[in-house]
Amino acid sequence: MHMADALLSPAVGGVFWAASAGAIAFCAKRVQRSLDDRKVPLMAVLGAFIFAAQMINFTIPATGSSGHLGGGMILAILLGPSAAFLTIASVLTVQALFFADGGLLALGCNIFNLGVFPCFLAYPLIYRPIAGDGASPLRLGLGATLAAIVGLQLGALGVVFETIASGISELPVNAFVWAMLPIHLAIGLVEGLVTTAVVASVRKARPEILAAAAASRPLGSLSLGRVLAGLGVAALITGGALSWFASASPDGLEWSMARASGKEELAAPEQGLHSWLARLQEKVAILPDYAFRTNSSTPAAGEEATPSWPAVDAGTTASGLVGGGLTMLLAAALGLVFRRRTPLR
Amino acid sequence: MARIDSAFADLAALDTLAALDSPVHRLDPRVKVLTALVFVVCVVSFDKYVLAAMAPFALFLSLVMAVAGIPAGYVLRRVALVAPFAMLVGLFNPLLDQQPQFFLGPITVSGGWLSFGSILLRFGLTVAAMLVLVAVTGFHAVCLGLERMGMPRIFAVQLLLLYRYMFVLVEEGQRMHRARSLRSFQGRGLGMRIFGHLIAGLLLRTLDRAQRVHMAMLCRGFDGTIRLRRDMRLTLRDLLLFLLVCLLLLALRRYDCAQLLGRLFMGS
Repeated sequence: MHMADALLSPAVGGVFWAASAGAIAFCAKRVQRSLDDRKVPLMAVLGAFIFAAQMINFTIPATGSSGHLGGGMILAILLGPSAAFLTIASVLTVQALFFADGGLLALGCNIFNLGVFPCFLAYPLIYRPIAGDGASPLRLGLGATLAAIVGLQLGALGVVFETIASGISELPVNAFVWAMLPIHLAIGLVEGLVTTAVVASVRKARPEILAAAAASRPLGSLSLGRVLAGLGVAALITGGALSWFASASPDGLEWSMARASGKEELAAPEQGLHSWLARLQEKVAILPDYAFRTNSSTPAAGEEATPSWPAVDAGTTASGLVGGGLTMLLAAALGLVFRRRTPLR
Repeated sequence: MARIDSAFADLAALDTLAALDSPVHRLDPRVKVLTALVFVVCVVSFDKYVLAAMAPFALFLSLVMAVAGIPAGYVLRRVALVAPFAMLVGLFNPLLDQQPQFFLGPITVSGGWLSFGSILLRFGLTVAAMLVLVAVTGFHAVCLGLERMGMPRIFAVQLLLLYRYMFVLVEEGQRMHRARSLRSFQGRGLGMRIFGHLIAGLLLRTLDRAQRVHMAMLCRGFDGTIRLRRDMRLTLRDLLLFLLVCLLLLALRRYDCAQLLGRLFMGS
């Protein structure tokens, strides 16, 4: 599942951008140092292979629905973690730019969720120890399946974390986790089985390919300490940045603007907000069937959300609606006026 | 599946649009990439109940599309294609956040509906910004621009080569898909075992192709270092325009222009 810009706050997006950019720089250096110039076209063509493989779908047994290959684990098995990570990142970039999967800001999150977890956690910690040199089909299948499942579960958790930390969506953590994890458990299982089938078939036809991939120690021997240290630093930065941005109601941009201009965006919010809240409570009291604050599914929402509410009063709201509507109309009119200026083809 | 199919059909259209000539197309790619980033960050940084204040950003995008000659219908169609995902995630907001925010005559608008609308709007704006960026710049130039801004060279080359071979291999995948559909009756042969062999076949051919590509590169003097042709020049005009656009975007973010316009219109 791809993260989308619309669900992200700039702080979370920025942190994951930084983490992914760091990982890309690190992997680029590793691949360049490995001095294997066959890797250059191989990575590119295998990235294209992922797109091609997604054109072909299969029916999932017992459900009747159809799925297609994700491909992260196959890339890791064939290329090793660093090159596979670069390939996955490039595939995600193309998807973001052309298929509008995710977006510019969410690209960092997506690369992190779908690249870092399978390549730097699932592959070295699960696939390599279980599969060994790939001589035993059973161990290879077990390793690939388990690694695919764990990678996808971690990725799903990443999506949940990023969404919740951004605070745009109202999804409660528990419900979201319990919706995401089982779905991705199933997806991971299918992905793992398919990966196993493909790798087994390749092994039967051309065993030397997998042997070469398994023997390439420079890529296989990723120093675990450095990876863990890097992830620890990323977690620290994430936690620090998030707590910083979550601590006050102004978000990053408002905060920097407030510093730059010396004042908050909402002038005199204190009494306006309070009087508005008081009015709101009166109105709510008149509408008793609104279940205000007694709604058990959002226990803390009332308390948490109020400070970040904009100070809305009726006049402001109306003029905002009218103005917003007018602006949208203007945008649409512009589009209409220039519609036929240039033909598409 | 169908989505990927149609998306690939649309890719050619994006490339065609990128080959147009307009003042926006002639700008330096770096300026355009950074502007898109500023745009997205501005949109995304709005409070989750904000709706009207984002409208000027749609106007900005519309203006860019008008100047660059990008047909709005195309962009809207592509946005609609991916909208269900945002709908799905945003749909819970009206259910879970039922605190009334304001009253539209007899209708009470709850915070959830407001933030749902906000999610949809910011989704549309960010996706459209992405598409417009590629449509006025082209994938090639976006990659080179990113590389100039510090993206590792090998990653830039990876993106460029991936883009080049993507079409070739996708057509191969489509051919295989079509061939299998023609031979499978009542769902036979669509299971995972056949799929594994099919993909493995595709993979083996892909690996062979990589080897051929590598040999062709060697024949043309590839020695492990990657050279990129760059013909980008950052002129003073680009910089000034970038500064101006950034100021405009930040001003739109800072001041609620829709609100001001509405006040003007209603005379209050």
